[in-house]
Formats: sequence, C-alpha cells, structure tokens
Amino acid sequence: MRIVAEDLTYIYNPASPFAVKALNGVSLTVEEGEFFGIIGHTGSGKSTFVQHLNGLIRLPSSLKKRKRPRGWKNIPPAVLKVGDFDLADPKTDFRALRKSVGMVFQYPEYQLFAETVKEDVAFGLKNFTEKGKAKPTDEEIAAAVKDALHVVGLDEGIAEQSPFDLSGGQRRRVAIAGVIVTRPEVLVLDEPAAGLDPLGKREIMELLHRIHGDWCKTVVIVSHDMDEIAENCTRVAVFSEGRVVRCAPPAELFKDAASLLALGLDIPLTAKLTLALEKRGISIDCDYTMKDFVRRVLARKGGGQ
Amino acid sequence: MKEVAFGQYYPVDSFVHRLDPRFKIVFLIGFIVAIFVASNFYGLAVCASVLIAAIAFSRVPFGKIVRAVRGVLFLVIFTALINILFHGGDTVYWSYGILCVSKEGILFSAYLVIRLVLLVVCSSLLTYTTTPVALTDGIESLLTPLKWIRFPVHALALVMSIALRMIPILMDETERIKNAQKARGADFESGNLFKRVKAFIPVLVPLLLSAFRRADELGDAMDARCYNGGHRTKYKKLRFSWRDLVGALLGAALITGVVLLRVYLGDIV
Repeated sequence: MRIVAEDLTYIYNPASPFAVKALNGVSLTVEEGEFFGIIGHTGSGKSTFVQHLNGLIRLPSSLKKRKRPRGWKNIPPAVLKVGDFDLADPKTDFRALRKSVGMVFQYPEYQLFAETVKEDVAFGLKNFTEKGKAKPTDEEIAAAVKDALHVVGLDEGIAEQSPFDLSGGQRRRVAIAGVIVTRPEVLVLDEPAAGLDPLGKREIMELLHRIHGDWCKTVVIVSHDMDEIAENCTRVAVFSEGRVVRCAPPAELFKDAASLLALGLDIPLTAKLTLALEKRGISIDCDYTMKDFVRRVLARKGGGQ
Repeated sequence: MKEVAFGQYYPVDSFVHRLDPRFKIVFLIGFIVAIFVASNFYGLAVCASVLIAAIAFSRVPFGKIVRAVRGVLFLVIFTALINILFHGGDTVYWSYGILCVSKEGILFSAYLVIRLVLLVVCSSLLTYTTTPVALTDGIESLLTPLKWIRFPVHALALVMSIALRMIPILMDETERIKNAQKARGADFESGNLFKRVKAFIPVLVPLLLSAFRRADELGDAMDARCYNGGHRTKYKKLRFSWRDLVGALLGAALITGVVLLRVYLGDIV
C-alpha cells in the first residue's frame, strides 16, 4: 500500500495556552515495498506523524463536526491516503485500516498483559475478526501464533510461558509478534531498537528484514540511530519542527552531512569516517553502509578483499 | 491527552496567581464557611460578588470556570429537583401525592444550587491559579503545628506531591497503552458495560505494572540520593506580601458582612 500525505497539520491542545503545533504541513509519499526511515529531533513530529497512519490520531475532517476540537478553523484541508483508505473521510473503516497498518510503539514490551505469550500474541488476531465472518478456530490461531513467533526468532516453547518471565529483548519480540500476527501490509515501528544492547539491536533489525517483504510489504521505522538508518532504509525523511525538510535515499542524504549536523542530528559512523578521510585528502564514495564503506576503502588501498 | 477540568492549573500571571498558597487555602476555607453562614440571598450575593471579582482578577477565562461547574451539573440538577419536589411549604403551586411544588421549595432549591455552584467554583479557582507543587507546599506549611504531636507532616506532603506529580504521567501512559491496544484492534467504545469493562483489562494490567515499576525506580533513585526525610530546604520559599494583606482584609470584611446580613436579615424561609 502506498502512503500519501499532503499538507498534514496537527495541533496538540488547540485553543489553550498549551497549544503545540506538532505537524506543520507535512507532505510525504512512501511507495509500496519500501523500508522507509524517519529521523528528526525529539518533538519534531515523527511520532505524531506515524500515529496518523493507522488512524490513532484522526484528521479533523474525518471526525464528526461536533467532535472536532476547537481551534482547528484555520487549518487547510489535508490529504492522507494509505492504499485505498482515505483517512480524511469520516466513512473510512478505521478498524480495517488498523488491521492493514500494524503499529509497534516505543518500548512495546510494556503493553503485554496476558497470562501467556500465546494469548498475548493472539490478542490482535481475535480482535480483527471481520463482521459476518467465522471466528478463527483454535487451530488457526495456534498456527498463526506459531508462525509469528517463528519469524521474530522465538522458540515455540515459550508460547505457554508468562510474558513477564521473559527477558527484555524476548518480550519486545513477543510484542512485535503480537502486531505482525495479523499480517498487516504496512508495519510502522517507533524506535524499535531503543534501549537494547548492540546485539539486541542487530537482532531486531535482522528480524525486521525477515518480516519486510513476505510478511509486511512496506516497513516504516522511526529512529534516532543513524547507523541503523544508513544500513537498512531505502529512503529517509528528515523531520524538523513539524515539517519534512529532506527526503532522500541514505546514500544521498548523508553526503550532505553538514546540513544534518546543522539540524542537530547525528550522522552514521561511516559518514563520520568519510569526513575524517576527506580532511586528509582521501575521498571515498560509498552508500554509507558499513559493508560498502569497508569494501571501497580496501579497494582504494589496492588489493584487499 | 485528555483534559481534566477539575484541578488543572491555568498558567497565566495574575494577582490571584501570585497570592501565597497558604493564604489562598485559608481564604478558601474562610470562604466556604461564609457560604455556609450565609442564610439568605443577600449573603450569597455578597459571596458571589467576591468570587466574581476574584475570577476577574485571576484572568482565568470564563469558559474554564463553566467547565468546572459542568462536572457537577448532574449533582446540581438532582439536588434542585429533589428539593423542589419534596421541600413542601405554604404557597403551593402544584401537588400530586407526596410531591409538591411550592414557592418556598423553589426558593430553597435555588439557594442550595447557588451554594453548590459557589463551592465548586471557588475550589476550582484555587486549583486553576495554584500549581500543585505550591499547593502541597502550602498544605505542608499549614500543617506544621502538627509536628508537635510527632505527626509526619513532611512525609505526608511528599506523598501528596509525588501523587500529584504522577497523575499526568500515568494519564499519558494510559493514553499510550490504550493506543497500542487500539492498534491491535482493541475496541473501547462499543458493547455493553460488561464488555467495555472487560476491554480495559489489556490497559489496566500494563498500567498497574508500570505504576509499580515507577514506584520502585523512584524509591531507588531517592535512596541513591540519600533521601532520609530529614530537614530540607526549599527552592521556592513562601512569603507573605502586600497582596496577601489586601486579600486577608477582604476576607475578614466578607465574613463580617455575611454574619451581619444573617443577623439582621434572618433566614430565607
């Protein structure tokens, strides 16, 4: 599903002294099949934007007049489409949308609640039964849960355990399994690797690559970790003060390291090394993944594999 | 983030905001006493005009005040109806069985409604114009005499300020967990009461867990900073100023006035 946003604006606590303009005319397109990255400072509107994608935050035009918050009058009409869902239209079936757009929040392990891993993972599956259709049988549920646990790299054996007996990294994977179990077409993750050790981070990114493609066609991640972005994303949008200031593939984006640094953002290690080498008169033209960087440095050195 | 009208600070700078919180609490108590002492509409009118002046000086928008009343609207209407129907009296307009609408009943219920509204508005004005921190500081300071009987005033104040501090955090957390479960298809809005209560289990369990986790972490953090509840200094010292003197005079005048009105004009019915 293709995601198209035009002129998206959002204000928290409108018409009060606490009013904050979180989004200020965001326009962005994510093509189907992308591994899309969103970066930006805290408070730049990243999280607010991604919460729009499955209708957790609704466009004012999709709400009944009575329910529209005050202070929205001067906001131009926005466009937001996810596949065939028109999120500006009040008649959209938001439950169906949420089934198609999976959302993994920050620290998702804190949303686990059931007595066993199996039940927790099956929660979404049971909720999203369409009206008029038969409920999934226990065997179907068990099979789906097994598949989901398998793809996030967990052993089937833990299905009967309490989620609270697991380690932090395992719990996070259970939480991700609980979202992807319904096979959403788009998977949105807010800081999926935050707070994990380097190995845990790598494992999460590996599992996202396993999910991307067969399970979920499109993946959108919000991240602070530039290495993660450089290694994994097809394209990256840079948010700043509620706007998209740049949108480009990482290889292009990190070439202009200065403008990212000016925004107060970090750059990946490979970009830092490239800059350091440049100062010494060595120019390396890589796509900023570690693999490509090493290969090109070695090639320049002559010989080396 | 949802808004809670009752007890939310409205951040502007005004005469009322700058008053000493201790004074505001004492004034509130005095004001409530005055409302109950007032036995006729003249007394209530004096109270109401003082309150309206206070609202005007506080620069809190009128809509906010109305919203506070809306929270107890059901109670107000209920009280009014019961009293109109059951109060009884001499000048009867309409009666049916034990129900009876009389002039006295209408007047009395109007009197009760005004009292109720005044009570709600004056206490919400306190919370609109005083930060929770200032409020607990004020209460702590006012309770100091209890230290003589070894009452742990400081601990009580700390518990209060931690509880107040945690309310917005837990509210944010609830919203976040609710969103996360909504994204997994949870439905909080439809179904009968039983179904809706059940739908909240996936929110309540993680919320309770996180409350306990936060309490644990906070306790550890306080331990790590060697907190022992001993004598501590304050970042913001409370000081009486000329504003409080003006307010105190006004308060004294108010109570005297209301008492005089009660003595000279008598009861309403």
